[in-house]
Amino acid sequence: MSATHPTQRGVRVDIQGLRKSYGGQEVLHGIDLTVQPGEIFALMGPSGSGKSVLLKHVIGLEKPDAGEVSIEGEPIRSQAVRDRYRMAMVFQSGALLNSLTVAENVGLYLVEHRLKPPAEIVRIVREKLDLVGLNGVEAKYPNELSGGMKKRVSIARALVIDPQLILYDEPTSELDPLIAVTIAEEIVKLKRRIGVTSLVVTHDRDLAFGIADRIAIIQDGTILFAGAPADVKRNPDPLIQRFLNAEFKIHIES
Amino acid sequence: MFQNFGEMIVLLWRVLRLAPQTWRQRGKVMEQLFEIGNASLLMACILSIFIGGVIALQIGPVLVERGMQSYLGGIVGLSMCKELAPVMMAVLIAGRIGSAMAAEIGSMKVYQEIDALQTMNINPNSYLVLPRLTAISVALPLLVIFSILIGWIGGALVCVYNQHIGISFQAFFSDLSQTVKIKHLLNGLFKGYVFAVIIGVVSCHQGLKTMGGPRGIGRSVTKAVVNSIVLILILDYFLTRLLQYFD
Repeated sequence: MSATHPTQRGVRVDIQGLRKSYGGQEVLHGIDLTVQPGEIFALMGPSGSGKSVLLKHVIGLEKPDAGEVSIEGEPIRSQAVRDRYRMAMVFQSGALLNSLTVAENVGLYLVEHRLKPPAEIVRIVREKLDLVGLNGVEAKYPNELSGGMKKRVSIARALVIDPQLILYDEPTSELDPLIAVTIAEEIVKLKRRIGVTSLVVTHDRDLAFGIADRIAIIQDGTILFAGAPADVKRNPDPLIQRFLNAEFKIHIES
Repeated sequence: MFQNFGEMIVLLWRVLRLAPQTWRQRGKVMEQLFEIGNASLLMACILSIFIGGVIALQIGPVLVERGMQSYLGGIVGLSMCKELAPVMMAVLIAGRIGSAMAAEIGSMKVYQEIDALQTMNINPNSYLVLPRLTAISVALPLLVIFSILIGWIGGALVCVYNQHIGISFQAFFSDLSQTVKIKHLLNGLFKGYVFAVIIGVVSCHQGLKTMGGPRGIGRSVTKAVVNSIVLILILDYFLTRLLQYFD
């Protein structure tokens, strides 16, 4: 994620035999996945299935017990690789720094890495906030924003990095349907505009089937199936069908 | 416990390796210095004046009884310089600033702000620990000097106005200036500096290893303060022994 930009297109992500345990309990049981450059890949599964843990491994926040995550064939744990490829993550909570204003949060990467002069940073911050439909919030602090606004600021912060890979952790959770659609549109626009590779972790079926090029279903730390949305829908696995077709049908016996 | 020591030494080593970046972080260092000063100056003043006064009050009548009241300035002066100011200020800063450091970094850890920094390739040690450690290492020795001066004034006031002692300002400060040498002030400053590093490293380490929500943050704050104070008091003994060689 340095100033040197080797390529503008998205990057390929390979996950091979990834295993992770916490306190003796294995939460990832040998995950194998490939995300192609420039595709939107949705990882769906019920809560506690290991989606977010997998995402943390992809961005290098967690060290696997076994297996490897690589970007364009190079292991993610290497600092050189993290310096070479520009990656960003949109956290479920937004993870904005509460002591900084919105503008400071969005421009943090550029300021800390001294990539642009201050006046240029102000311009870029405004431009990225415009992209996610936020105007006039630069001076506000995260605790003055709604959940949807925080998430959009978090996306703007990711955009500043000019990423080749963006990871989204539950981008539409806690949002109303209108804002959720806006976020989904942003994800697709980004892919079209800069060809970024997007890995979206979600249990929002509408989001996944609405925007993803491919979808993987994960259950108890194991990938049940990965393929095009239509193939996922047709897959006869009862666990997949139960997850995809779960509905509110509440029968109250009088 | 040994694992904690190991982790703290590793953290200190990593931050020391980042020392060349201190100038880049000067804005954050100044912010921290301002916070430390703002949070502790008044309290330091109150504590120091009363501690200086209490020493004079305890020792004064005993010395007067033996006709040795002329030594009072030197005794108050030395005890403030070599022992009371550095230890008292360190305990104060551990409580007021160490706890705030652990709480702030701990909440950043719990609410994934530190993860966010890492995903932006921003080193949390450089962004969070270095400015805090630098600021506290500058502020605590300065507070020690401040505390020594105020403690002397407190001692002098009691010596002059207490009816059982009753020596003049001139007599008090004359003995003090003859007894207290620059090396004694340096002694206090050195202790202050070492205690500052202890508080900074312990508090930031506790913050960085916080887990498990608000209760975890509370636990980290308590551990940061208690561990800092215990380490300060233990190390004070060994530092005193070490510094005796230079007396």
